[in-house]
Amino acid sequence: MPDALKGTWVQIHKVVLKPEERSARLPDDTKKVPLEFRLKGFLTHDANLGDEVEIETLIGRKVKGTLVKINPEYEHGFGRPVPELLSIGMELRKILGGEDSVS
Amino acid sequence: MSRDMSYDAVMKRKNEIMKKAVGIDYQIFESGSIAFDYERMMQEVGYTIDEVRKIQAETGVGNTPLLELKNLTKLARKVAPPGKGARIFIKDEACNPSGSFKDRRASVSVYRAQKLGYKGVIAATSGNYGAAVASQAAMRGLNCIVVQEVFDSRGRGQPEILEKGRKCEAFGAEVIQLTVGPELFYTFLCLLEETGYFNASLYTPFAIAGIETLGYELAEQVRAIAGRDPDAVVITHAGGGNVTGTARGLLKAGCQNTKIIGASVDLSGLHMASDRDFNRKSFTTGHTGFGVPFATWPDRADVPRNAARPLRYLDRYVTVSQGEVFYITEALAQLEGLERGPAGNTSLAAAFAIAQEMDEDQILVVQETEYTGAGKLPSAQLTFAKEMGIEVRRGDPADDKPGERIIIPEHPSQIRVKEIDLNVLRKSYISNCIENYKVEKLTEEDIKFLAEDTKTDEEYVKGVLDELGVKF
Repeated sequence: MPDALKGTWVQIHKVVLKPEERSARLPDDTKKVPLEFRLKGFLTHDANLGDEVEIETLIGRKVKGTLVKINPEYEHGFGRPVPELLSIGMELRKILGGEDSVS
Repeated sequence: MSRDMSYDAVMKRKNEIMKKAVGIDYQIFESGSIAFDYERMMQEVGYTIDEVRKIQAETGVGNTPLLELKNLTKLARKVAPPGKGARIFIKDEACNPSGSFKDRRASVSVYRAQKLGYKGVIAATSGNYGAAVASQAAMRGLNCIVVQEVFDSRGRGQPEILEKGRKCEAFGAEVIQLTVGPELFYTFLCLLEETGYFNASLYTPFAIAGIETLGYELAEQVRAIAGRDPDAVVITHAGGGNVTGTARGLLKAGCQNTKIIGASVDLSGLHMASDRDFNRKSFTTGHTGFGVPFATWPDRADVPRNAARPLRYLDRYVTVSQGEVFYITEALAQLEGLERGPAGNTSLAAAFAIAQEMDEDQILVVQETEYTGAGKLPSAQLTFAKEMGIEVRRGDPADDKPGERIIIPEHPSQIRVKEIDLNVLRKSYISNCIENYKVEKLTEEDIKFLAEDTKTDEEYVKGVLDELGVKF
């Protein structure tokens, strides 16, 4: 049984430019690493993670790359409560409504 | 014979690819030297305000509310000297279909692409503009590809950009997610060549004409509410389109005396192309990393002549810190019931300080808001910043250090603006023109153009040329 069947929503990865192929005008840290590419779409064939695969993107383009994620999730969120922000509202309402109020 | 797709070969084909992809022959506006006919380009290739309004009405763009921020105004007056504290208004651009003013910018480009028979549009952007192009393309039945710079080399995505990518996919766009580096432009050129799609560049006359309605509407709304023109408009400045389009719209509405103030988040010290610095900033747009280079060399853009020319319109340019913008974003939600931002609130943070310099009967307009949510909220960005080893604490924002410390003010009186000397930027721009166009002796036309393009006069330009030791 392959990791993912044809039609599964996946993410592929490829290297667009190796470090030595990159633009000459880059900071040192960026120069050392490749320019990488990630894209999501539907597998056009059964495949395993790490395989070279083809996907069909949301606009129907066929693109090849290495299969890196199956059913990739959105990983960004609302973050944790930030103590440095939590009390700002109360502080400001106090300034507006406090005894030194001009209104 | 297959085409050479190496980096150098594709970059060499840039002009040829762009001509096909934007349908503009920029050559006809050129003088052969530094000068080019900006106004003729805007007239012949752009659209009039009425035409743009019609195009935007077709896709529900524009006509956003202008809201008076009464509680923030009151707060500013609490900390301002007696009699000071202008009325602060905000243009709620988050009400546009994809949640930002960028819908205006995308609307005309996508209309144009459809009219010229292109099958799809491509935009190179990590910002709200991607979602705007995707949304407009969905409405007009065109395919859309958005190319983003989103991950560092460890595969960590900037939360704000991840969210913008999600939104593009929600509108049916293909989102190409790249790691850090200016060679995004190479990938973009390869895609334009492969697909034959329209380049929905942020910097064409169409894009800028789309923003003019923002300034125009704002003028009409302030006049209807207050019976006068706005005294000043504060505009978040990055690539220069927001400043240029809004200022042009205000001028078209007849607001000759309204001060145009640009505001950016101060990210000085962080390198925009650095793999390490990329995820050590909490703002991915509206910052000095775009604002300064695009002011001093606008023609670095993806089109031969950038229609966004901020120095042509700016009367003043200020910066605020990341912590100040997060603080004002909280204040906007808590005191005004508007959860918006964060990057779009850069101008609000600046406006809060600038209002305190102005008289109570004056009117200050913040010309945008943007949608917020997962990835974009201050809580999302600050959680990520802490994970990246950035110190976050309350204190005096003067101690803020991009990439190391984010200082959330302890009191609203600590929100201040820092001035950027426009003359320094003007001189740098003039010097860049001479260098990039390899001009040894400037023509009368060049001097006239540079005076217009820096909002100065010919004497000023001649003075700078003398300083630089350049003949004219």
